[in-house]
Amino acid sequence: MNQFAMAFTPDKLEEAWHVFLTEFPLGLWETVYVTVLSTLFAIVIGLPLGILLVAGDEKGIRPMPKPLMKVINVIINFLRSVPFLILIVMVIPLTRAIIGTSIGSVASIVPLVVAAFPFVARLVESSLRELDPNIIEMAQSMGSSTWQIITRVMLPESVPSLVTNFTLAITTILGYTAMSGAMGGGGLGKIAINYGYSRYKYAVLYLAVIVLVLLVQIFQTIGTRLAARLDKRIKK
Amino acid sequence: MIELRNLSKRFVTADGPVEALNNVNLTVNDGDIYGIIGMSGAGKSTLVRCINMLERPTEGSVLLDGRDLGALSKKEMQGVRREVTMIFQSFNLLMQSTCLQNVMFPLKLIHTPKAEAEARARELLTTVGLPDKANVYPAQLSGGQQQRVAIARALATRPRVLLCDEATSALDPKTTQSILELIRQINRDTGITVIVITHQMSVVQEICNRVAILEHGSVVEEGDVSQVFSRPRAAATRALVFPDMAEGQMSSGYGQLVRLIFEGSVTIDKPLIASMAMECGIAANILGASTRTVGKREYGYMLIEIPGGPDELARALKYIGNVPNVSVQVEAAYENKGVAE
Ligand SMILES: Nc1ncnc2c1ncn2[C@@H]1O[C@H](COP(=O)(O)OP(=O)(O)O)[C@@H](O)[C@H]1O
Ligand SMILES: [Mg+2]
Repeated sequence: MNQFAMAFTPDKLEEAWHVFLTEFPLGLWETVYVTVLSTLFAIVIGLPLGILLVAGDEKGIRPMPKPLMKVINVIINFLRSVPFLILIVMVIPLTRAIIGTSIGSVASIVPLVVAAFPFVARLVESSLRELDPNIIEMAQSMGSSTWQIITRVMLPESVPSLVTNFTLAITTILGYTAMSGAMGGGGLGKIAINYGYSRYKYAVLYLAVIVLVLLVQIFQTIGTRLAARLDKRIKK
Repeated sequence: MIELRNLSKRFVTADGPVEALNNVNLTVNDGDIYGIIGMSGAGKSTLVRCINMLERPTEGSVLLDGRDLGALSKKEMQGVRREVTMIFQSFNLLMQSTCLQNVMFPLKLIHTPKAEAEARARELLTTVGLPDKANVYPAQLSGGQQQRVAIARALATRPRVLLCDEATSALDPKTTQSILELIRQINRDTGITVIVITHQMSVVQEICNRVAILEHGSVVEEGDVSQVFSRPRAAATRALVFPDMAEGQMSSGYGQLVRLIFEGSVTIDKPLIASMAMECGIAANILGASTRTVGKREYGYMLIEIPGGPDELARALKYIGNVPNVSVQVEAAYENKGVAE
């Protein structure tokens, strides 16, 4: 029998089922809250940044000094191009400074946010750029201030697109949690690596993967439905 | 009163500077429905955007009741934009807001109490004939209905000037009629000054009392609609009035093109061309004819070609000049002699 088949003998399956019942609930919970919290923090930083990228653009509603915009763009591009595994190691000092340790699921939120906020900023930027410039001209012609254009026109008009993009962000971050789980974080990623890679218990690994895939499906379905429901351009 | 004084606007583009407006001078009186007409690219949108300072003029000034808008602070300009509002070709409604919220939008900007803003918005939706659409989203409305909501929104802050940039260009003729009728009615009821930007003759004829013709960023002709359209002087105006009679289109190449304008009625006492042939011996060649209704009056136009040289032309002009209710314009080379009556 080859190694693969050996991983799925009845006693291995029973052991996997045992792990599923005892360790998965906590792992699932850790994965979900790390994902959700990381996404929220990434949005908290990325949303204003994305708005700044659009509004502060040369042709935006409130052009900002070009060097400033250049610096922001370079930082975003830099963070987006560092591989996540390397980023986790790079931000260890920052993680220690904020959380007090670099190990555990709470600590893994820091590198996840650092990796995700530039991504979210770009997603917000693309959502806001989709907006018809004529609508912004309308708002200006009615005497809107910059702040009013952002809060009363750009954001409300972009809600469906933003929801779609935030869904993309949360599912991407979910994938990253598995990686950070393997690098000292917690959650399903850690379980999958512990049993699958370190102890050749592939049944557990596959179970973890199945649960992760289901999670992605759930997030994606909720996001897609929500975006469709919120979009008033769709005739009902 | 809106006065444009020596207004120029230059855009700097990758392919060099574009003179979108060139020393424009115009005066729009209170209560006017003032048409600004020109071909695509003539600078109409730029002009209207200069009026509310969405575009800063390169030179010259825009005066609203004597106030120089270019000298106002950003805050003051936001205030002016509640007095001078705008409707657009693409309606530009907030698609994620209901009609009621759309009409309330300019009122929310100035923090009008919600109840008051809502009451005003409902009143305006009634004015534009859509009282039952308050909670409907724009995507569920037709183009004409969307433009009505946009008009209601533009009126929310009780402006004194309404700018319409190609407001009916995306609509079918019947809907255009009804929107123009609505604008005229609002002008009558509230005395609001309206500036209508369009490339369509029919729109100007329908509702404007004054008109300026814009060509390559310059005003080439300006005045009362009935005057300008019954006796178009500039070539650009003629191209708009007679789109079906392009200059020299059917000319045989010799002789002089002359345009006859029959005032008041298309029918005249004498068969003019035939009698001119008999009495003066000039056999004019008819190149085209059409009728136009300007305001309440009807005009007939005829483009003819007088064969021969300056002598024949002078005799023909003298002959036609003596016929009542007909005026003559000489095309092209002799144009600067203007209108002979
Ligand atoms: N923001 C701009 N940048 C560069 N050129 C412009 C800009 N806006 C308008 N123009 C140019 O100015 C001219 C007049 O444009 P516009 O006012 O839109 O004409 P119209 O509304 O009569 O069609 C055109 O040649 C156009 O290309
Ligand atoms: Mg235009």
